[in-house]
Amino acid sequence: MARATKKKNSPSKRVSSAGPLLLVATRKGAWIFRSDKGRRTWKSEGPHFLGQIVHHLVRDRRSGTLLAAASTGHLGPTMFRSTDLGRSWKEVKRPPAFAKTADGKGRTVKHTFWLTPAHANQPKVWYAGTSPQGLFRSDDDGLTWEPFSVINDDPQYRAWMGTEQDGTPDGPKLHSVIVDPRDPRHLYFGMSGGGVHETTDGGTTWTPLIEGMEVVEGFSAANVAFHDPHCVRLSPSNPDRLYQQNHCGIYRLDRPSKTWVRIGRAMPKRVGDVGFPMVVHPRDDNRVWVFPMDGQTVWPRTSVEGKPCVYTTHNAGKTWQRRDAGFPEEQAWWTVKRQAMTADAGDPVGLYLGTTSGEVWMSRDEGERWSCMARHLPEIYAVETASLD
Amino acid sequence: MKVLIASPLRPYTHESMVEAAGKTVGELLADLDRRYPGLRFRMVDEQDRIRRHMRLFVNGEQVFDLACALAPSDEVQIVQALSGG
Repeated sequence: MARATKKKNSPSKRVSSAGPLLLVATRKGAWIFRSDKGRRTWKSEGPHFLGQIVHHLVRDRRSGTLLAAASTGHLGPTMFRSTDLGRSWKEVKRPPAFAKTADGKGRTVKHTFWLTPAHANQPKVWYAGTSPQGLFRSDDDGLTWEPFSVINDDPQYRAWMGTEQDGTPDGPKLHSVIVDPRDPRHLYFGMSGGGVHETTDGGTTWTPLIEGMEVVEGFSAANVAFHDPHCVRLSPSNPDRLYQQNHCGIYRLDRPSKTWVRIGRAMPKRVGDVGFPMVVHPRDDNRVWVFPMDGQTVWPRTSVEGKPCVYTTHNAGKTWQRRDAGFPEEQAWWTVKRQAMTADAGDPVGLYLGTTSGEVWMSRDEGERWSCMARHLPEIYAVETASLD
Repeated sequence: MKVLIASPLRPYTHESMVEAAGKTVGELLADLDRRYPGLRFRMVDEQDRIRRHMRLFVNGEQVFDLACALAPSDEVQIVQALSGG
């Protein structure tokens, strides 16, 4: 196990035997973990931005640029950028901000929540989702940001977004900005709350994509505002297949269909199909992993019964299998947030999750066995991998 | 004029007391942002509202309006509200 603060901002030279990077964003800063090719040993670098709330730390595989979305409890939001894998950072010139209104009563970005590099044919373009919900774009590799598309100010979208009282406890979020690898004009995003949305014309027009999704009992599923997707993923090996972990279940969508199918019905009843993160196998669109969460009554947001586990399917959600080898067997009341579980591209696939209690767990064998690779970090908000190949 | 900088903003200024100029609070903050890029947005939002946890004092009196007039001899304090845990 690597100690989380063992090595401070002193990355080793890039070597051919390097394995994936693990980018860990936490409530009190960010850490970068470097591994060998076999992913056996990990060295940590950090903290970066100690004291800043880092919601997402992402590397653009096209340019190598790292972007970190940051805020503090008191200062306004910002973003940091590195072009040397975190050896040095520079604050961006203009972070995401809503358009100023004449009456001064317009919305204010509290924090940038989600970062997505754009299509391979659009170098230097990034998308960002914010809290409260807004969609932004950078055309200069993250240096400056502008509101993107109509949704930030469209009356219908504003109604679907609701108010800050309608969102997650630390603010409603626009997340899961997804770019179709075949078409830069085809994008998706999710809003908590406010549904899943799609554009096929580069953001000029958007359409809700909520058919088949369920909502909390007593409310109308026809109302877009009541839909609460937690995490939407596109299958890397099949861009026509999407998966979704929702406040109300686990779903799959096979395009061109517009109807989500609740595959979480096949989960064990005592576990349920509530959770936040979802990961799709990089080469097999039938394989998915989720981390179930206790979503009963007051929403404890803990592992179910204090027993952390991952559930996986090998057949696109027809059946699910529990994978908890290596996790604590009881009295472990942490959970995993929507951005805090991810996979690398290795064979076998490495899986990683960061917990609300500040631990990083990994599996070198596609979830069969888990081990703790770092602990005593702050609450983990996001975990991403980056390949140096 | 002299401006006292709140500690969370000192990564921008690297010192607690700096010099800046302006005939209004808004102009003063614009000058500070020219000297220390990025500082203004951390304390004033995109609607030109002073952020919830930031406080501005001129000669010991709290001000809330960026249009508040300033004289060259004024002393400005930018502090962070004591909040949170």
